[in-house]
Amino acid sequence: MALFAADKVKISGLSACVPKKQESNLDYDHISESERELLIKTTGIKTRRIAEPGVTTSDLCFEAATKLISDLKWNKEEITLLIFISQSRDYFLPSTAIILQDRLDLPKSTVAFDISLGCSGFTYGLSITASMMKTTGIKKALLMVGDISSCSLSYEDKSTYPLFGDAGAVVALELSESDDKMIFSLNSDGSGHQAIIIPDGGLRFPVNNDTYKMVEEEKGIKRNRRNLWLNGLDVFAFSVKEVPLSIAELLNYSKLTVSDLDFFVMHQANLLMNETIRKKLKIEAEKVPYSLKDYGNTSSASIPLTMVTQLREQLSSGRKNLLLSGFGVGLSWGSVIVTTSDLVIPEIIEI
Amino acid sequence: MTLTLESFIAKLEEEIDTIPKGSLKPDTNYRDIKDWSSMHALIIIALADTDYNAVLTGNDLRSCNTVSELFNVIKSKIA
Repeated sequence: MALFAADKVKISGLSACVPKKQESNLDYDHISESERELLIKTTGIKTRRIAEPGVTTSDLCFEAATKLISDLKWNKEEITLLIFISQSRDYFLPSTAIILQDRLDLPKSTVAFDISLGCSGFTYGLSITASMMKTTGIKKALLMVGDISSCSLSYEDKSTYPLFGDAGAVVALELSESDDKMIFSLNSDGSGHQAIIIPDGGLRFPVNNDTYKMVEEEKGIKRNRRNLWLNGLDVFAFSVKEVPLSIAELLNYSKLTVSDLDFFVMHQANLLMNETIRKKLKIEAEKVPYSLKDYGNTSSASIPLTMVTQLREQLSSGRKNLLLSGFGVGLSWGSVIVTTSDLVIPEIIEI
Repeated sequence: MTLTLESFIAKLEEEIDTIPKGSLKPDTNYRDIKDWSSMHALIIIALADTDYNAVLTGNDLRSCNTVSELFNVIKSKIA
């Protein structure tokens, strides 16, 4: 595993934007009432936000960024790094980050590019942004994360449809004089790449006559090859094994213990899975917030969305030691220990 | 925690509240549990992990059929 630290870069603020439209798993009539009850109890997911057709991840991030830049009172001329991490980009090409540079009216000297990651995207993004700022001397940066997942889901697939929600989030970072470090652990295991996959539409399997044919894989799971496929059991087994191990190593490397942490914010995947990880690490329940119930699994936006919706007050004043951990599609997993101080966090935005 | 087949069955009946107490037998095929779904499988993986420190894989769940087969796999994996 890659273990490393980045210093002299701090998080200044963060914001999140979700679609107004809500969908409740209580209304998910593809499964029986008792199945619905067990699903909500096990996954912890009750409602999800669903984007209207035509709304993109970058639209959500644009709104979140506009509000955040204004609340931070940042001069746009000083923002010269924009990284957009998503698996639902505006176009096959060009990179969405470049379009956002123009839309946000950032200077042409901006470094802008996309990265394709999901659940682990936020922690990977922090490491890339912080490392790049440190080596280039770029003073202010925006890291944007999120996905519109709903457009890839089959309603007739009970293993995916009730789990995912749409969201975008933005984090503002700047160079600082502080000695606080962000300490990272980043990992990959491509042998599990089929555990979460949209099989067709890339170059490996281009769209063809069979792509949109609905196939019943097993009872309750009917989907096509442009839908998101999820092998929940394998992802669950991977997460409860690898995530606690890598976090234990990160804490050890950082010479910290769980008692040094104020909050542990995990990717919002599944309540039972996240609670299993929390118990293995022996972290108190009060330190572990969830946004799952109201927003579901929001891919790379889930960690900042949880910070905005569950920890806004606590993070807005004073210093806090946070452990953030993302894990899933890839398979890819990454954690970071970061100290925040007086963050600027606008209330969640709905469009 | 010591693992016996009896305690494992009691634990399953406790964690999965749709199973009537006393109805689960060693040779019960767990897929025959009323309204069996992947949610039940997740509950079993979490239970094995939290209570017995045994990491079950998706394949373990797919290849076993009866409660006692599952018990033997967990027993062989206790860390």
